[in-house]
Amino acid sequence: MQPLRPVPPGARLLLGAGFFAVFLGLWAWVTEGGHVPALFLASPGRTLAAGWSLLTEYGFLGDIAVTVFRVVGGFLIAAVLAVPLGLLMGAFKPVEAFFEPFFSFARYLPASAFIPLLILWAGVGEAQKLAVIVIGSVFQLVIMVAVIAGGTRMDLVEAAYTLGSRPLGILRRVVIPAAAPQVAETLRLVLGWAWTYVIVAELIGASSGIGHMIMDSQRLLDTGQMIFGIVVIGVIGLVTDFAVKLLNRRLFPWAAL
Amino acid sequence: MSDKTLRIDGVTRTFPARGRTPPTLALQPTSLSVAPGEFVAILGPSGCGKSTLLRIVAGLDRPTAGTVSLDGRPVAGPGPNRGMVFQSYTLFPWLTVERNIRYGLVERGLPEAEQAAIAARFIARTGLAGFENHWPRQLSGGMQQRTALARALANDPEILLLDEPFGALDHQTRELMQELLLEIWQGDRKTVLFVTHDIDEAIFLANRVLVMSARPGRIKAEVPVPLPYPREWTVKTTPEFGALKARLMAEIREEVRRAAVSTGT
Repeated sequence: MQPLRPVPPGARLLLGAGFFAVFLGLWAWVTEGGHVPALFLASPGRTLAAGWSLLTEYGFLGDIAVTVFRVVGGFLIAAVLAVPLGLLMGAFKPVEAFFEPFFSFARYLPASAFIPLLILWAGVGEAQKLAVIVIGSVFQLVIMVAVIAGGTRMDLVEAAYTLGSRPLGILRRVVIPAAAPQVAETLRLVLGWAWTYVIVAELIGASSGIGHMIMDSQRLLDTGQMIFGIVVIGVIGLVTDFAVKLLNRRLFPWAAL
Repeated sequence: MSDKTLRIDGVTRTFPARGRTPPTLALQPTSLSVAPGEFVAILGPSGCGKSTLLRIVAGLDRPTAGTVSLDGRPVAGPGPNRGMVFQSYTLFPWLTVERNIRYGLVERGLPEAEQAAIAARFIARTGLAGFENHWPRQLSGGMQQRTALARALANDPEILLLDEPFGALDHQTRELMQELLLEIWQGDRKTVLFVTHDIDEAIFLANRVLVMSARPGRIKAEVPVPLPYPREWTVKTTPEFGALKARLMAEIREEVRRAAVSTGT
């Protein structure tokens, strides 16, 4: 091995799969070998079996759909609110001076701590679940988008001015397109966070969703179901992340070169 | 007077104090006028304030005192009647070569067909045929500056401001670009104000060279270049060229030395 030398694609794939195998092997060894009590940790086989019964007998697909709906819904609401505001803040410094101090404070408010309040205000319905995700992501997103838009290359802005752009034209034709790929990457990141918030929201006062199922399984001490639920979240996360990455590359071919 | 003359009248620039750095006088009172169709080069050591002067003309920087006017109208901010090409690569990375060239035309609201026709004309003139749909990042530095030049020219400005546009290019590409620029200028005689620190470049292109002193900058000498147009690269080997070069070198050496002493390089 030499520092910074790239690894061939085939070897990369093999190595990446290799750790999955090591992980699964260790898991199987500690569970099947009786090194930990089955009560605390289900074996890979039992986890799969539990997952199968969840999907076929307990309508787990419905839970998955509900959770996906909440994640996407909350994320979209946050994005629709945060992206335009963040762009305006990045482009126009008085707007930033007005919002930035409050949002910098607000983004440290833990979304999960709002759950009791939100239940009081909005009950235990969908509005409350969406609100947790929105609160958890919107402030962070605003600040990140503002930083990206504020980092627009000054020489591009100046070039646009000498070509006849006016301030709104600069926003529309320079700041926004320049920020777009990074904003898209940030959205991908925040979508990942939305998954954490949704599960937290579903652990308390929910009657459906992946988080709710995990909570139910705890009562039955069914670690197989719990682990299966967690793995499903991981797989969905990985797949959407990959899909969004692909989409971004399609949308912004100039940035990927 | 609507004679399209660029007039710079007693322009100074002082950069205000920042923290512990005292205010810096970048430009001493400077006056000059550039007649329509002239190609004026401003030659000076780095940091002498020549780019500051150009940015003031472009409206991207404000003079501390003095005025700039073009065509009898005072310059109050940037505008499309003063096209600019920067030393750094300033093509919009999200637009293809062709769309970059159209940028100002879109801003002016020209009809699509007219935009396309103008863009095609300047693509041909700057030797960019075949690269219309390339992204800027796929281009060499020379090709990017061709596009930047085409983008500025397509807007049909009254004056072209060039801020060391070939400064980041390698020597061969640079000479090629100088010939391209000269060819274009000889074709339409658009007024050009060209900032450079390269003596050969200044003589080869301009019909008048202004030498600037080390910071704080002022115009310390004005040297007409009586070499006839159209010029070919071979002009660089003539005795007349050599004599001009010797004179400008003498003028600039002293300033470079002063600049080096004051900045400690």
